[in-house]
Amino acid sequence: MKFTRDWLFSHLETDRPLAEILDVLPTLGLEVESVVDRAQTLAPFIIAEVISAEQHPNADKLRVCMVNIGQDAPVQVVCGAPNARAGMKGVFAPVGAYVPGIDLTLKTGEIRGELSNGMLCSEREMQLSDEHDGIIDLAADAPVGEAFAAYAGLDDPVIEIAITPNRADCLGVRGVARDLAAAGYGRLKALDTSPLQGSFESPISWELNLKPEQAHLCPLVSGRAFTGLRNGASPVWMANRLTAIGQRPISALVDITNYIMIDLGRPLHAYDIDKIEGGKLIIGPAKAGQTMTALNEKTYELDEDMLVIGDLNGPDDLAGIMGGERSGVSDATDKMFLEIAVFDQVAVAATGRKLNIHSDARFRFERGLDVTSPEWASGYVARMVLEICGGQASHVVTAGDGAKWQREIFLAVDKVERLTGMQVLPARQQAILESLGFTVRDAASGWQVSPPPWRGDIDGAADLVEEISRIFGFGHLPMTHLPRENVVAQPAVNAEQARPLRLRRALAERGLTEAVTFSFLAEKEAAIFGGGGASLKLVNPISADLSIMRPSVLPNLLSAAARNQDRGEADVALFEIGPIFLGDEPDQQRTAVAAIRHGAMAPREWHGSRRMVDLFDAKADAEVTLAVLGVRRASLQVEAGGPDYFHPGRSGRLLQGRTLLAQFGEFHPQIAAHFGLRSALVGFELYLEDVPLAKSKGPARAYLKMSPFQPVSRDFAFILAEDVAASQLLRAVKSAAGPLVSDVQLFDVYQGKNIADGQKSLAVTITLTPQKATLSEAEIDAMSDAVIAAASKNCGAVLRG
Amino acid sequence: MQSLDTVSSEIIDAIGGADNLDELEAIRIDALGKKGRISLLMRDLGGLDADARKKAGQALNKVKDMVAAAIEAKQTTLASAALNERLAAERVDVSLPSRPEYEARLHPLSRTIEEVIAIFAEMGFQVAEGPDIESDYYNFTALNIPPEHPARQEHDTFYLPADADGKRKVLRTHTSPVQIRTMEANEPPIRIIVPGRTYRSDHDATHSPMFHQCEGLVIGDGVHMGHLKGCLIDFCRAFFGVDDLPVRFRPSYFPFTEPSAEVDIGCTRENGALKIGAGDDWLEILGSGMVNPRVLENCGYDPEKYQGFAFGMGIERIAMLKYGIPDLRTFYDSDLRWMRHYGFLSFDAPSIHAGLAGGAV
Repeated sequence: MKFTRDWLFSHLETDRPLAEILDVLPTLGLEVESVVDRAQTLAPFIIAEVISAEQHPNADKLRVCMVNIGQDAPVQVVCGAPNARAGMKGVFAPVGAYVPGIDLTLKTGEIRGELSNGMLCSEREMQLSDEHDGIIDLAADAPVGEAFAAYAGLDDPVIEIAITPNRADCLGVRGVARDLAAAGYGRLKALDTSPLQGSFESPISWELNLKPEQAHLCPLVSGRAFTGLRNGASPVWMANRLTAIGQRPISALVDITNYIMIDLGRPLHAYDIDKIEGGKLIIGPAKAGQTMTALNEKTYELDEDMLVIGDLNGPDDLAGIMGGERSGVSDATDKMFLEIAVFDQVAVAATGRKLNIHSDARFRFERGLDVTSPEWASGYVARMVLEICGGQASHVVTAGDGAKWQREIFLAVDKVERLTGMQVLPARQQAILESLGFTVRDAASGWQVSPPPWRGDIDGAADLVEEISRIFGFGHLPMTHLPRENVVAQPAVNAEQARPLRLRRALAERGLTEAVTFSFLAEKEAAIFGGGGASLKLVNPISADLSIMRPSVLPNLLSAAARNQDRGEADVALFEIGPIFLGDEPDQQRTAVAAIRHGAMAPREWHGSRRMVDLFDAKADAEVTLAVLGVRRASLQVEAGGPDYFHPGRSGRLLQGRTLLAQFGEFHPQIAAHFGLRSALVGFELYLEDVPLAKSKGPARAYLKMSPFQPVSRDFAFILAEDVAASQLLRAVKSAAGPLVSDVQLFDVYQGKNIADGQKSLAVTITLTPQKATLSEAEIDAMSDAVIAAASKNCGAVLRG
Repeated sequence: MQSLDTVSSEIIDAIGGADNLDELEAIRIDALGKKGRISLLMRDLGGLDADARKKAGQALNKVKDMVAAAIEAKQTTLASAALNERLAAERVDVSLPSRPEYEARLHPLSRTIEEVIAIFAEMGFQVAEGPDIESDYYNFTALNIPPEHPARQEHDTFYLPADADGKRKVLRTHTSPVQIRTMEANEPPIRIIVPGRTYRSDHDATHSPMFHQCEGLVIGDGVHMGHLKGCLIDFCRAFFGVDDLPVRFRPSYFPFTEPSAEVDIGCTRENGALKIGAGDDWLEILGSGMVNPRVLENCGYDPEKYQGFAFGMGIERIAMLKYGIPDLRTFYDSDLRWMRHYGFLSFDAPSIHAGLAGGAV
């Protein structure tokens, strides 16, 4: 919402300087977005008279002008404007002035051998408009030497404030003035809303084509005809104010409707009576398939949910949104019919959204107008039309019974203090409400309060509290610490919520950097990673790359790795803990933990220990994750295989019983190629929800008994078929080694020379920790025999000779 | 036959001249070995009479002891020299780099969320959560934003396809739906915060289609706007680590709060650099207000009996302000250079007892 200082002061009688007003506006809830004082930017520009304009001796298109700038001696200026001539008055920028339109600070110069001490300016050069056909040509009586901005009425600062959706009343300058007056920053000037008696019957009448249940769509409309109008340029003061806020003056009739919309927040629509067919305007729902060309020159297809106004030739006004091209006023209009209507906010919003029309009118209608304005605005507007354009006004024609806006809200005298903690004297509370236009009636221990018709947003006592407290000032809010419920603070997260916090640190300890990537991605990638369901596809994505909810975190991490690789960092290790979506229901959202590694585990170095990542890094990442989540590594089973995006022979699943907990592996070469990743590439993913919360046994640990006896280790090398899983052998030897086994480690895997084709050698070291006495050789041999027998029985393994 | 003195002095000389342990061993064998010179002299004693044997034996033993001692002394010297020589040969260039490791970092967003949780935990809040894909009801209607309400336009909502009933789900545009979910499932008193992902269809230098918010909700007996002010001032001062941080409440509008307030913190701007603290300028950091009675009613609470406040802040925004991160879009890029600069090491956990400043390393 933009307006100028003088415009505001036309409604507010005040001796406060603008700076104070600007300071108080935000405290009332009217956020100041910008203040532009053109008097400052235009300060160097003064009115000057061209005394003489001679042809430049060395340039056909230039003139050498002597310019009177109100000082003793005239200055010489070289000018290229075709309209520069002796005797004209224009705008002069002296040496040292900054000219915004050409972004230049003027210096004394010589143009083709002639001295030039400044510049005669066009409107474009001063950024007043796009006009650049010549220099500004001022009236003969313009005072030479005076500041141009003041002369042209451009010294009126332009203020822009942000209006929250509830403050429709402040979408007019008068509403802003009313708030300021209520806050003690002046007096709201009277507005002459008395009726204006018309002198003839309106040739146009209203017809409401609404069923009883549709009556709310247009509760009230008034209109009146004007004849004998002179539709020329609007007066300078009006054109200046409109220009200042960025509205191009068009013609008096159009400018008046625009001006009133900004001034009173009251959109109007002006029809050319000669273009209305049949002497009446019909307000009703459009018929499906009808079309209408609006003032923006676009043609819209209408449906039955859209309220339109039209004549015998069909609809030509989208109620509350935009008028039609066919029946609107033109420069030639001398007979006008002016509409002042109230339409249903929701219906206007729905139609506007459907047709995707954003207009100043829609903005105001859908936020809610003063529902009585068709009555009181009529006289005010008519007087302005007659004053500016002359002519005669008809009697007023109206339709509709009016909206029911009167309501009473009980406000307890202590409500403000209960809700805000602020103590505001009852008399002050009442005065504030009354200054905002509310009617206040005493009631037991409080008041019955009636909001004015322009405050459709007031819904209950809490709204009244807000009105009182914002005018009283939020600065008076007490600072009250929240009472402490526990002397020692309790945990803010539950056991489940604590898991990601710990996990992040654990994964970072493993060299994985944390990523936060978008919850959506490209459809193609969603499909590769098992997603792509129609229910998860955004209707209005921002781009095709961000168009569907992700089924996995992995593709985003792979894209991130590729970006880093392309920036010259091929070694990438990333993890993310974040949502993935199996469907659109709340119980189909999972918190995924995923990590990828690409390239080498360490930078290039001279020790020779650098190695490329492999799937066992991903497996370890998964195992550590599960360990942090309370799953003992010993309780996990491993199964070969995994989803298609992994290498079919280099991927696996970690299970607990039959429950799948995690999938890990080397990525399929086609996946690596898809993302443009060129080095070793592995990853894992699991869902936190799949990992049951470990049962809390309290903080105390189980009793630890440490054996005083030396542990004994024995190594075994077995030869077995290469397709027998190592885990099978480990399980077999461990269970055979008996109750004293404290550790089993596989320390060598070998295939090749001395091992038959299709066979492999696995070497295992078994550690026994005696509990009662040192083990005898016989006991160790017995264990050894049992291990060898079990390896043979369960895995077909033989001890390597 | 040489005199014992001669033998002795020859051996002692030889020991003195030995250059290495091998040479010394040869001398030892030559002197004290089975067929060594002293051993042979010992053997020759057998031919002497008892007195002479005793006398000569004593002299011989003395020489033998002296030789043994000399060898041992020489051995120590030579061993020490040999060790020194080996150590000298084993010298390495200690300026060579140690084995390098990649250092991983935690994201400033998760870090900031942890800081926020730590502070609100002190004030008795608990963390609540809700789904990212929300129904229209929870995201809007229950929060007093009916269909076609102008406030909806400001939300730039992402929509999912309509179901059979024509209802379309949305990506939550704020964390406020969790207010409703929490009140539906719990009786007062309530003190929750809701950090989480939120979505709006806006993408430019200062807007990301996905970002993070933290909602707060306090419902209880006699909770008023002064508590809101106290709570948020306490939070802001702890979070930014500025004890005298000015905090300003400005009237605003949110359909789900009434009265509503924007909260600004004090700052100064000098040569484009922003400093949080007492100054001549203000910076908007969050929205807040007293929970609208309509919202309480929608959750089955009696607004005559219960009241409370709610607030919502942008996590990225407060992280950018606190840690001087200039560009919103960089948060989601996973650029390792950015993470090394703005990220946090795993051991650097924020806590009330150890401090919330962070980034000391």
